[in-house]
Amino acid sequence: MHELSMCESIFEIVDRTAAGRTVTAIHLQVGQLRQVVPDTLTYCWTVVSDQTTLAGSQLVVDTVPVTLRCRDCSSTTTLTDELLLLCTQCDGADVSVTTGEELVLTSLELAEA
Amino acid sequence: MGRFHRHQDGTDQDHHDDQHCDQGDQDDQGDMSGYQTGPERVVVLERIFGENDRLAAANRSTFDAASVTAINMMSSPGAGKTAILRQTLASLPDTTRVAVIEGDIETSLDAERLAGFGAQIALLNTASGFGGECHLDAPMVASALPRLDLATVDLLFIENVGNLVCPAEFDVGAHHRVMVYSITEGEEKPLKYPVMFRSVELVLVNKLDLLPHLDFDLPLFLRNLASVNPAATVLQVSARSTEGLDLWYEWLVEVGQRNGRAAMLR
Repeated sequence: MHELSMCESIFEIVDRTAAGRTVTAIHLQVGQLRQVVPDTLTYCWTVVSDQTTLAGSQLVVDTVPVTLRCRDCSSTTTLTDELLLLCTQCDGADVSVTTGEELVLTSLELAEA
Repeated sequence: MGRFHRHQDGTDQDHHDDQHCDQGDQDDQGDMSGYQTGPERVVVLERIFGENDRLAAANRSTFDAASVTAINMMSSPGAGKTAILRQTLASLPDTTRVAVIEGDIETSLDAERLAGFGAQIALLNTASGFGGECHLDAPMVASALPRLDLATVDLLFIENVGNLVCPAEFDVGAHHRVMVYSITEGEEKPLKYPVMFRSVELVLVNKLDLLPHLDFDLPLFLRNLASVNPAATVLQVSARSTEGLDLWYEWLVEVGQRNGRAAMLR
């Protein structure tokens, strides 16, 4: 349930950034390697934002797929279902993660002031 | 329709374009009409755990200033973190002064198991969070530090809450991340929890004394581990028989000395 801690951190950032203005949407980038369960995240957000100035705001999650770069054969792999960190070209395990570890609050949508 | 949707195309650059995103929201959601009265988009680009990471860095500075080497120990529940720590506290030479921050959701049972070996113990019950946090984070660890006399500590173990998911996400300020895996857990665990297995530099493969009684395929586990974390140091141990633990103690002394030298150079 690190989704709950995530929502508490998100709340802190949004509350500080919005400075009293009404927030309608909160855009996040979440890499697939962060093991975030989207429904849990949404549920936790309703719990954390309930009866606060951010109640009713919407989390919009941009899920970033895992891409790997193989250090042996230099090819790029995009993982689809399983998070098996192997190069699909040469089966090598010596890969670096290019994307998929993001956990960023990218932007807010604010209602008209 | 819930208050949630995902963009599946993964094209980040497009999402910084308001026009595209607003259009996408309308298409996907259909219930956004109330939000379309000229919203303003504010770019934030802030890491969600940025505050935790700042506090983790502060914890690390505190450890460095006191020449303390901090080790974050993680595992699933019941893998043997406390059993290994118990043997470690009993076996490390007196010249290595040890402290433990013991993360536990509700009880002091683990802290009691570690008492009596001369180590300073600070218990951190995580139940004060929302229904009990399943991990330690940097602010929690910071809150335990005033209860330890770091000036008289060389090695600090931060025993995390038993969990293979959440603890991997939180930097608590330790210098080294270690996990305990037990061979009763199945060979596929590194593949199922790659984030945890990738986040550590050393894996203690525990309960080796049970190997004759299990169908556990040790070479397969080691291959799975290598496929997610080829750089990890692997030590095969048994907290019960103490087999293999000497190499763990050697590793601890070595990283402690390395950190000590680094602290002197600062």
